[in-house]
Amino acid sequence: MSAPSRAGRPRARAAAELDAKTVWAALEDVKDPEVPVLSVVELGMVRDVAVAAEGVRVDITPTFAGCPAFVAIAEAVRERVSRLGAAAVEVRRVLSPAWSSDAITAAGRAKLHDFGLAPPAVHGGALLPALEAPVPCPHCGSLDTRLRSAFGSALCREFYTCRSCQEAFERFKPV
Amino acid sequence: MTLEPPVREALVARLTAMADDELILGHRDSEWTGHAPILEEDIALANIAQDEIGHALLWLEARRELDGSDPDALVFGRGAGDWRNVRLVELPKGDWAFTMVRQFLFDVFECELLSRLRHSRHVPLAEAAAKAAREEVFHLRHSGLWVRRLAGGTAESARRVGAAVDLAWPYLPQLLAPQPGDALLVEAGIVPSPAEVGAAAREHIATTFSELGVAPPDVPPNPGGRERHSEALVALLIDMQAVARADPAAEAW
Repeated sequence: MSAPSRAGRPRARAAAELDAKTVWAALEDVKDPEVPVLSVVELGMVRDVAVAAEGVRVDITPTFAGCPAFVAIAEAVRERVSRLGAAAVEVRRVLSPAWSSDAITAAGRAKLHDFGLAPPAVHGGALLPALEAPVPCPHCGSLDTRLRSAFGSALCREFYTCRSCQEAFERFKPV
Repeated sequence: MTLEPPVREALVARLTAMADDELILGHRDSEWTGHAPILEEDIALANIAQDEIGHALLWLEARRELDGSDPDALVFGRGAGDWRNVRLVELPKGDWAFTMVRQFLFDVFECELLSRLRHSRHVPLAEAAAKAAREEVFHLRHSGLWVRRLAGGTAESARRVGAAVDLAWPYLPQLLAPQPGDALLVEAGIVPSPAEVGAAAREHIATTFSELGVAPPDVPPNPGGRERHSEALVALLIDMQAVARADPAAEAW
């Protein structure tokens, strides 16, 4: 992943024509395969975009260390930026500072809610109090919900039930 | 931060040991997939396994930066004699009580280690530790809850917790023991003092067990260093490495 890959496309345009803003906008098209309503930008995975004459470099950070989607996401980022006509695209995996669910944007949180996935509580580093706080049901808004398991259908999710509307739902894990 | 060759060598060994512990424990956890007592726990153990294997990758990537080694080659190409995990994690998965007791002991140790390792002067290590620490919080809450639930449950579940602690206890000292190159690494501010981590872990475990009325046995530690393994590891590796051996060119996804 650290080795730059050459797009080598006939319609490759001079890197000078590309600017970082265009690249950021294009990255909104790259979705997380496990949370398909969120882009990598909304997830807060994109740390930096650098455009130079030689090509484009995108720094992304994994959400969960063992997330199997990361390889696919990195490849999708590379492919999307290549399609902008960049001469070369390098996608770097950066770990610092460690990703936190606090990095999910306000727009991203609204999309999670509409998707039926409760957004993670904003914790500002105080994770344990955030885990004890009540979680509103994304279906009916009730706070009378119960954690069934801290582990759900993907590393980023935990499993709840709502006592008011009796529906089961998942929450994006605060980390 | 440029590392002197002896320090680098010690760090490579330390990272390998950390990765091997996580990977073998993750594999043992993964053996419950499809077999756990209830669906929620099947899912939980699969998640925990995936996290532990992810943490192993963090340490192996940090090792790759030091010596250029390929994580896949290390995981799928080494025979039992070259693994450096502790024997606690290679013991067969046993029953649910043993799985949760072993996970609890390991999670306590890992939380105490990571909370200090995140201040390492070796930046890649501090970064990886900060990442893993957030995920370990969930593991410890989960395994701690299960040990409480089982110890305070029925006579049978309490008996099984006692038997699990009896089985795991002689293996705990090896997990908490300093490794050969640790003195150099501690001096360089790269890893926390194993004595300090070990004491904190022991205190945490002792407090929990005393609340639950669980009495660990008074037995000598299982002897030998990390190069010594049981037959259980050989069987695990045969299973874990089978696909890579059959198709060395196989790739993820």
